[in-house]
Order: sequence, then C-alpha cells, then structure tokens
Amino acid sequence: MWLTRPLQERSTRIFLGVLFASLVIVSVLHVFMPQDSALHVSAYTVTLLGKYLCYALLAVAVDLVWGYLGILSLGHGAFFALGGYAMGMYLMRQIGDRGVYGDPTLPDFMVFLNWQELPWYWLGFDMPWFAFIMVLLVPGILALVFGFLAFRSRVTGVYLSIITQALTFALMLAFFRNEMGLGGNNGLTDFKDMLGFDLRTDATRLGLFIATGVALAMGYVICRGIVTSKLGRVSIACRDAEARTRFLGYRVERVQLFVFVVSAMLAGVAGALYVPQVGIINPSEFSPLFSIEVVVWVALGGRATLYGAVIGAILVNYGKTVFTGIMPDAWLFALGGLFVLVTVFLPKGIAGLLFKPKKAKVADNTPPEQEATA
Amino acid sequence: MSILQELTNRDQVFEFLTPAQSPVDVRHGPILYLEDVNVSFDGFKAINNLNLTIDDGELRCIIGPNGAGKTTMMDIITGKTRPDTGSVWFGSRHNLLNLSEPDIATLGIGRKFQKPTVFEALTVFENLELAMAADKRVFPTLTALMKPEYRDRIDEVLEMIGLKALRQALAGILSHGQKQWLEIGMLLMQKPRLLLVDEPVAGMTEQEMERTAELLTSLAGKQSVVVVEHDMGFVRSIARKVTVLHQGSVLAEGSMDQVSNHPEVIKVYLGEEA
Repeated sequence: MWLTRPLQERSTRIFLGVLFASLVIVSVLHVFMPQDSALHVSAYTVTLLGKYLCYALLAVAVDLVWGYLGILSLGHGAFFALGGYAMGMYLMRQIGDRGVYGDPTLPDFMVFLNWQELPWYWLGFDMPWFAFIMVLLVPGILALVFGFLAFRSRVTGVYLSIITQALTFALMLAFFRNEMGLGGNNGLTDFKDMLGFDLRTDATRLGLFIATGVALAMGYVICRGIVTSKLGRVSIACRDAEARTRFLGYRVERVQLFVFVVSAMLAGVAGALYVPQVGIINPSEFSPLFSIEVVVWVALGGRATLYGAVIGAILVNYGKTVFTGIMPDAWLFALGGLFVLVTVFLPKGIAGLLFKPKKAKVADNTPPEQEATA
Repeated sequence: MSILQELTNRDQVFEFLTPAQSPVDVRHGPILYLEDVNVSFDGFKAINNLNLTIDDGELRCIIGPNGAGKTTMMDIITGKTRPDTGSVWFGSRHNLLNLSEPDIATLGIGRKFQKPTVFEALTVFENLELAMAADKRVFPTLTALMKPEYRDRIDEVLEMIGLKALRQALAGILSHGQKQWLEIGMLLMQKPRLLLVDEPVAGMTEQEMERTAELLTSLAGKQSVVVVEHDMGFVRSIARKVTVLHQGSVLAEGSMDQVSNHPEVIKVYLGEEA
C-alpha cells in the first residue's frame, strides 16, 4: 500500500517520533508543571506552537508541488484561507444567539449590514460534518478547476507562478467586499465554541494543538506516500523533463492536477486548524505576500525533502515571533537577508545541512562505470 | 424501422465501439506511412510533400543536411507537431493525426531525442521502471508495486544496454554515451513497435559507436527502427536502406552505395560546384 510504505522509512519514523515526542512533552509541561515553574508551558505558547504546526502543514503542501512537481505556487495562501473560511463559517454558526445582536441564525456582521436572511452558501455550515467536508472540497475544487485550465494549456514555470499569484490577489479583493457575505474587511471572528468545547479554555487549546500535530503527521505521511510511490517518481520526471515524460505515455497534465489538488486540500486543512487557534480569519490571509513567505520557508528549510519544509516553517515563524518582539521594523530585512544567505551558501536549505544527502550511495557505484564503458 | 435494424445488426462494428487500443495492423507491410505531408512555420516550408513508408521490422537510416526537416518529421510522427496537410498512418488502422503524444507513445512509438533526455534525479533503474509498458493513468501509477517479473524485464534491458553495474547510480552522473544507451533502454521498456532514434551517436567515442551500432542492428527485425544520423561512417555500418531528405522532401532512397553515388545527393552534400 502506498500509504503504509512511508512508515517503513527511517526518515519518516524519525520525523513522526520527534513530532509525537514534542506533542507529548509540550502537553505534559503544560498540564503538570505548576504555573510559576520555569518549565511551565503557558496556554499562549501552546496556541503559538499550534499555529506553527499549521504553517508547517501548509509548507509541506507547498513543498509537495514545488519540490517534487516543479510547480512554484505563489498562491497557496488562497487554499489555506479558503479552508480557514470554511471552518470560520462553521464557528460563526456555532455562536448562535450569543452574538452582540443576539440573532439566532444571522452572524453579527449580517445583522449590522441589515441582511434579512442567510445567503444560500451559508446553509449547512451549522453542521460540523458538512463544514469539515467543505474544508477539503472548496480548496480542492478551486485547485481542480484552476489546475485543469492551466495544466491543459501547458502553462508552466514563471507564468504559472504569476497566475497563482493573481488568483490569490483576486480572491483577496473579492473577500474584502462586504457583498460577499463573508464579513468583508473584518472577516469572521468572535468565535465561541467548536464541537461543544469552549475555544477559550486551556484544555480546548491543548486539544487543538494536538489535533494539528496529528494532522501534520497524517499530511506528512500522505505526501511521503505519494512521493515514494511510482507516481512520485513520475512527478519528478515531469519536473525535470516534461516532454520526455509525455513521450513515455504519461499524461503529464493529469499527474500535475492530481498532486496539485491533494496539496490544495492539505493547505485547506492547515487553514481550518489555524482559524480556531488564532480566533479570526480575514482577507489578509489571501495576501500575495503571505503566499510568497510560505515559499521562503520551504526554500530555507530545504526543497524536496518535506521535513525541510516543516523545519523551515517552524524556525522562520519562531524567528518572526522573537524578532517582531525586539525590533518589528527589521523583520522583513532579516527574512530577506536570511533568504539570500541560504540560497547562496546552502542551496539545499537547512535540511541539507542537517542530514547527509542520500546521494552518497553513488560513490560506491562509480568504479564499475569504467568497466561498463570499456 | 430500418434504422433500428441497422443499429442492431451485429455484423456491423461502429467506429465508437472499437477499443482505442486496438493492435497495430501491419498485415499490409508498412508500419509507418506518411503521404503528402506539408508543414510550414511562418511561411518557411519545413516539410514539403513528404512521402515515406517504413516496413515492419525494417532498420531505416535517414540522412540529410541541417534543416532538411528530419527532426520536424519525428515531431509529426510523435504528435508534437501537427502537419498542415497530409496523412500519417501507423499500420493500416491508426491515424496518428488524431492522437495525442501519450496515446501515440502507448500505441508503440518510442522516441529518443537528439539531446539525451533522461531523468537525472532518478536512478538508472527508476528511469527504466518509469518507461516500462504499464497502466500509466494516475491512480494505477500511485498504487503500482514492483513485481518480480518487472524487475526481470528491467534487468534484461539493463543487460542489453550494458548498464547493469550502474543500476543504482543516478542517471545524472552517467557519461554522455551511457545516457544515450539509457534512453534507448527506456524506449525498449515501452515495448514499442517502432523506434525513432534521433542522432544516437552524437558525441560518442569510436568504441561507444560500435556498441550502439550492435545494439540497434540487434533490435531491427523485432522492432522497426528509424535512425536519423549525421555521421556517415555510422550510417554505413548499420544501414540496409537509406533515405536522403532535402528541403523537406525525399531526395533519394536506396542502399548506402546507391545513395552515395546519386548525383543529386552529391550536389546537395558537396555544394553546387562539385
């Protein structure tokens, strides 16, 4: 089975081991250490780490299409935000009559805008199962339609990157409009509870953190499963020599479409887990800058390794948290400088520094080369 | 009523009922048949009334000066370029002008590019694995498993192309000649009926050339092979029948000796003064 194959791999086992150990350690330190102990992990930190894990899952999704398929998506933030909005709509419906205006069905911003009834696309979002399916389906369908049109026309390289950038920008402008019925500029916020758990309690926050960790583990295994399958090797083939792959009889555009849709769905899940933890979703998540930042995480962590994307996302965002606390204005300069340094000195990213590349094996094979030629 | 009768008549086979992957029909001899093919790029006639027939199991060499339309001809056969007019048939059943590149590849036409194109980030073994004739749709590819018989088939081809010792090496570290062989091996994995080989010995040493000649001649008979080549010595060593292309159409056809004594060919190759 392609999904269980990664579990036999050493690198996946190490990754999952480290991830689950971190989840356990953070949980234990949060629950059992007294508040005033130096080792206590506050609820604030737990949520912050949960946010990093969401970003890590998004980075894994980007690495799947960029690292293995050669599609540099500068618009993955769009899929992340759409997943987030689907979750946000569910959380809004859960507020019920506890909102400022106390309307049992309409969210506050609709009452404020004098809307009389719920728009059709809000129907069904009071049911968690429906909302959770939408978290996968909405980004998935957008990726399917967008990818179908782009890949069928053989749009690749920098042109595709620009179109993905335009896609997320267009969505940002659309979501800023009040007429969209999704909260406009302010987005969706003031969430109360999820599946009956109060979002403001520490226990729920810890639960969301663990759920995100599990989602990251599953997303990683799915991506790793694709990458280590024959389809993964075909993806690399499409990345490196598209025409050759086509002449071997593979439908390159379908391979690209499949992987792109899987990646968009993972990004949607990441967004859906992000929203209840940060407590808000607004159109700024669609900003082109955010999508570019995600690509920078992956580049820093190391392309085409998957775990590199996780390392990059967590380290850069930790750096961002620390840096913006000390000197907020310098953060973008620091990020830019880091990007330049890593590109010049560590073309394989941080992952390339940590682990010996697999290619070391080649050395043993070089001597027979002479014999074969002779 | 008569329409209904006609529709239910089991003797008749409607075109939409015949499976797309019907076998190549070579009972009439030729495996590849090009007639009156014309292609122009921005007014430049790259292919000009080209007529060409390749018989099943034949080894054919195609020579011609630069710009004679050799690569364009390969592009047409493999579906990369669509001709303005003319017809291209694979066997007597498949009209190649209606098929896409992957369809043509699946049907049994393998192509080696002028510049060796292998997947450099994958190992030699994996390169051959991807080329192997198999269900190449997305989901079957995702769930595909490496079976012993596939492994045997790959080993067999590795033996033929002389890269057995390098099976786990990355294709990127191979020498130029080895990449050419690997690419030919990838074509063989597809189990093609027709191999189109574009400049197989470009940049090869004398020894490598000899081996390639052996390899290609051993393939003919089982498969039809079309070789486009500039190197006259190499063509002489493998050719049974040679076609000379010039300005997009066939200038001469015959054995190497016939062709090299053909006055038109001498004129084209040596210039007007000769």
